[in-house]
This record gives sequence, structure tokens and C-alpha cells, in this order.
Amino acid sequence: MSDENYLQMDGVSLRFPTGVVALDGVDLTVPRGEFLGIVGPSGCGKSTLLRVVAGLIAPTAGRVAVAGAEVGAARRARRAVAFVFQSATLLPWRTVVRNVQLPLELRGRLAPEQRAHIDETIDLVGLSYFRNSYPHQLSGGMQMRVSLARALVTRPELLLLDEPFGALDDITRQRLNEELLALWERDRFTALFVTHNVAEAAFLTGRTVVMSPRPGRIVSEHVIPFAHPRGPELRASAEFAHLSGEIAASLRRVVA
Amino acid sequence: MNPRLRSFALAMLPPLATFILFVVLWDASVVYFEVEPFQVPRPMAVVRAAMERKEQIGSGLFLTGSAAAMGFATSLVVGVLVAFLFSQSRVIQRSLYPYAIFFQTVPIIAVAPLIINWFGHDTRSIVIVSAIVSLFPIITNTTTGLTELDRNAVELFELNGATRIQKLFKLQLPNSVPYLIAGARTSSGLSVIGAIIGEFFAGFGQEKYGLGFLIFQTSSQLKIDAMFACIVASTLLGLLIFGAVSLVGSAVLLRWRSN
Repeated sequence: MSDENYLQMDGVSLRFPTGVVALDGVDLTVPRGEFLGIVGPSGCGKSTLLRVVAGLIAPTAGRVAVAGAEVGAARRARRAVAFVFQSATLLPWRTVVRNVQLPLELRGRLAPEQRAHIDETIDLVGLSYFRNSYPHQLSGGMQMRVSLARALVTRPELLLLDEPFGALDDITRQRLNEELLALWERDRFTALFVTHNVAEAAFLTGRTVVMSPRPGRIVSEHVIPFAHPRGPELRASAEFAHLSGEIAASLRRVVA
Repeated sequence: MNPRLRSFALAMLPPLATFILFVVLWDASVVYFEVEPFQVPRPMAVVRAAMERKEQIGSGLFLTGSAAAMGFATSLVVGVLVAFLFSQSRVIQRSLYPYAIFFQTVPIIAVAPLIINWFGHDTRSIVIVSAIVSLFPIITNTTTGLTELDRNAVELFELNGATRIQKLFKLQLPNSVPYLIAGARTSSGLSVIGAIIGEFFAGFGQEKYGLGFLIFQTSSQLKIDAMFACIVASTLLGLLIFGAVSLVGSAVLLRWRSN
């Protein structure tokens, strides 16, 4: 494998025992360091696609490889992959810092020298003052930041985000988009970002694919050429509106 | 006034008012309808009977209270162990759950004499009856807490290669704490009922008597005012144990910081 096909999916299909075809022959190649958007109506299998990439669900046909190693066959894939869920999924009995360090605890004994890295990751999402707070003391946006920090703390090569900002208000969502993009611009991990918000995909990603529902397959692909670093002013540009419109039109075709 | 004291007083006031109203209505009804004292005594007669037998009722409270506490503790330990077993395997849970329901549906009045036949006329039998009656809420609640987990949290653990032990200690056990506390609250009240039922059958032939036997004795002697006093005492005992368990539960929950 080369950096050009860091993630390689060939003819990936998933049929549930109920007969529902969640994924139907998905071919997707993602180079290392790409920020890929996946948009589609609800129920089109976007979340399922992410879970297949993560190795949480095995496809019924086709092949998925991350960094050349088949997912699911090798546990090693897990080392490199982090997942950000639709809900923050924080453990309510743990403080912010203990939630963030959880993946490190699970992967092996927590070494003292990891402390600094954990604190740094919490700093990165702007929550240093809240490191000893409990989830219920935080707003929805802050909880999502903790969730993001928990994913980043493992220094993932591949970050899978399943509509992470879907439940937030628009302003908070835009701010978190900007913060996430700044983190990506810094570390250039590979990211798969599932959303049904077209503007979010156009702002964040370098390329966005549109998925159709039942059976879930990729119907169109849009390259987002805007240079980095991208700031909030991008959203006001004519090119941005034009590209968002194109993706939205493609999305409308699959919904209709 | 201190705001915490104030909110406590505000919380206590309505039930206290209800109690006073109830006692007044009770007294008035007995007088108005000319109810015989051996059917329903006047509240003051109950108080008088309680004062006359305060040592007997006091030691009864202590005996029944300790039996209920031991029964509750037993059901707590056994219930958590059974729930843990259930959480480890679907097969175990499916095969044994119907028999766990037995503890909920068994007519304890019918089974109590059998238990006494097996274990003798002593505290041990009373504790066993109390434990049987109070076991079920602990089993069901704790099983739910150990098995009904946030799907995404389970995926998070899986994704990070968590072992079974890690999942148990870092996800399932902490997740079950609020469920266990809810079960313990229900179960604490039941343990007193169980102890009193046990004493109905096994409470005699000893130097000191529990409330269950005192209720049985006073009712057969038609000392209804004394019987009322014992019933009030056992109700207070139930409230006391329920209150103590709730208090400990709230303290634990506060540390656990549920939403």
C-alpha cells in the first residue's frame, strides 16, 4: 500500500439478517491525510459505513483495508482508529480528564509520562478549566469537545466522525467545525466525516461523496478545492455557495 | 433560616400535616361512630399501650430490626452475585431467570412454615424469610444495570481493545450503581415485611420477641390497642430502614454523579 490508498474499500456490501441491504458495492479509496466527507439522507448507511471501516461490523462481501491491513482480521487496525459518536458518549461517573484518558487506560497501563499528553489534548479543545468537571456540568458543545479530545488522545491515524455535531445549535456547530479543521490542519490525520449537513461538509472536507439510501451506495463525488487554512469567512464566499449547492443538488436527486 | 433546613422543613410539613389530620379524623370517627375499643382503639389508647409495653416493644424493634437488616444484607450480597452471574452469559440468564421470578411470586406465608421446619425456630429462619422476600428487586435492577449499556460506549470499549475485565470494572459495574441503589431502596422496605412474616411463625419459644410475634400475640389476646402500637412500631421500623438505605444511596449517587 502507498499513502494514496491508506483506506481501501472494494465492493463492500452489507446485508443485515433482516434482508435490508445497508451497503451495496461501495468502492472507496482515501489517501493518507485526506479529510473526506460522506453526506446522505438519514438511513442511507453512512454510520454503518463508518462502523465497517472501524471493524465494529464485518461486511458480508468485499474487502476493507486500512494502511494495507485488512480490517477486522487484524486487531492492529484499532490502534490507529478513533471514533467520534453522534452523542458525546461520556461516562457520567468520570471527570473530563478521566473520560479523556479512558482509551489509553484500555489500551494498557497508563504511564506517568502520558499525563502531559492528556492535559495537552484537553487544552487543545479548550477545556483546561473543566478538566475536573463531570459531564453533566458541561454544555452539549463542551461535552462534544471532550468526546473529540478522547478520540485525539490516542493520536489516531484515522479519525471516524459520525455526525458528531448534529445535535448542536448552529453557532456551536460552526465553531466546532473551525476548531476541528484547525486540529486537522495541524496534524493532518485521515478523517471520514459523516453528516447530512451540506455546508458542514463543504467547509471541512477536501472531498465529499454523496450516498443514496437503501441500498447504500456512493452516487457522486465532489472535490472541495479551497485552500487551507480555512476561516469562517469562507462560508460567505460565492464559490462556497456554489459548491454547497452542487452537493445539495446531488443529495436531492437521491432523496427524490 | 438556613436554606437547607428550610427546604427540609418544607418537605416535612405536608406529610406531617397529613399525619395530624389522619389522627384527628381517626379519633373523631371512633367517637362519632361509637366503634368498640377492641375493633379500633382511640389514638391515645394506642399511645398508652405503647408506653406500658415500651420495653417489650423496644426490644421487639431491635430484634425485628436486626433480623430485617441481616435479611436485607443477605439479599444484597446474594442478589448482586446472581445479577453478576446473569450478566456473564445470556444462556445462564435465560435458564435461571424464570426461577428468580419465583422469589417474587412465591406465597411467602405458605413457604415460611416450611423454612422454619428446615432451619428451626430461631433468628436464622426469620433472616432467610426476610432475604427471600427482598431478593428480587436487587437481582432485576442490578442485572439491568450490568447488561443495558449505552451501545456507543460498548463500541468505544471494543474499539480500544478492552478486555472483559476492563469492560466489567470500567463500564458495567459503575453503570449498575444507580440501578442497584433503586433496587436496594425497594428491597429494604420488603426486608422488614419479610422479618415480620418470619416472626409470625418462628418468633415464639424465645426469651425475647420480635414485633411480628408481638402482633400475633396481642391480636390473639384481643389486646387491640397494644397490637396497634406494635403495628405502628413496625411501620416506623420500615421507614427507618428505608430512610437509612435511601440516605446511603443518595450519598453514593452524589459521589457517582449521575445526571
